Amino acid sequence: MTAQRVKLVGQGVAIGIVVLLFLLLARALATGEGGDVAAAAARGERPEAPDFALERLDRKGELALPALRGKVVVLNFWASWCIPCKEEAPYLEQLWRENRGRGLVVLGVDAKDFRGDARRFARRFELTFPLVYDGPGDILPDYGVTGFPETFVLDRAGRVVEAYTGAVNAAEDRARLEAAVERALAP
Amino acid sequence: MTRVVVAAAIALLAATAPPLLAAEPPRAADLEAELVCPVCETTLDQSNAPVAERMKLFIRERIAAGDSEQEIKDALVAQFGPGVLATPPKGGFGLLAWLVPIVALLAGAIATAVLVRSWAHRREEEPEPEAPIEPELDRRVDEALARYDS
Repeated sequence: MTAQRVKLVGQGVAIGIVVLLFLLLARALATGEGGDVAAAAARGERPEAPDFALERLDRKGELALPALRGKVVVLNFWASWCIPCKEEAPYLEQLWRENRGRGLVVLGVDAKDFRGDARRFARRFELTFPLVYDGPGDILPDYGVTGFPETFVLDRAGRVVEAYTGAVNAAEDRARLEAAVERALAP
Repeated sequence: MTRVVVAAAIALLAATAPPLLAAEPPRAADLEAELVCPVCETTLDQSNAPVAERMKLFIRERIAAGDSEQEIKDALVAQFGPGVLATPPKGGFGLLAWLVPIVALLAGAIATAVLVRSWAHRREEEPEPEAPIEPELDRRVDEALARYDS
């Protein structure tokens, strides 16, 4: 192999590595786009909620978000070790019980947690709304979730109309959530 | 007879002595250094996040229950995914993370060796040609030197 050929091969390998790194960066940026869901909802836009299908915690099988099209969904990300989630859980259960007959579903996504701890949490707070499990937290980047709890209101078409970072415990937050739910439930 | 007694003694010792080759129970500290908190993404021994504390408790419970290091890791991967392992698994897709640096190192070493060899050959094959002195220039230099000497 001549020195010229070695040089060419070296240059080819270097260009290949740079292209690979560029593709990885582009992929990382594209994956991180989901984080705009909350920001877009805050700007008054109605971004489509990223789809997912996750293992159920409250029964066997999976639950896919698209299966809830036609219903208003209060999507709540939580974990059993999260203290504000404990304060918020009874309110979400109450919201679900009061509005389930009107086409509302509260859907809890337990993430970065032990399944057993999550089930104990659900029993302790007598949660009856559907619960799914995302132990590795795979869908959190899609929604831009960086902490717990975070809550999203989805309209009947599966678009995000409201987003909350932190527990929906303050009276004004609950009023805002309930107003968003009412708007989404309105025919 | 003696042989029978010795064999029986050895068999008795083997049956009653603690198995020398039995695996040591895993140490919590070792596991905490090899597993990652899924929230703060540092190793468990560096984290005091609630989920990290819960995982440390889980590790201690499983060690007390007699689980091996691998069983404990597998149980945590089943809950939190392979991201809890501080080092990628030595199988499947994770194997790439181990192989790629080795392959890159080997490729670099081979490329360096080939380059060095190629340069060495070029030097041997193509010695620097001595620049011929043109007769005219040679004559003028001689004249200049002669003038300088006189």
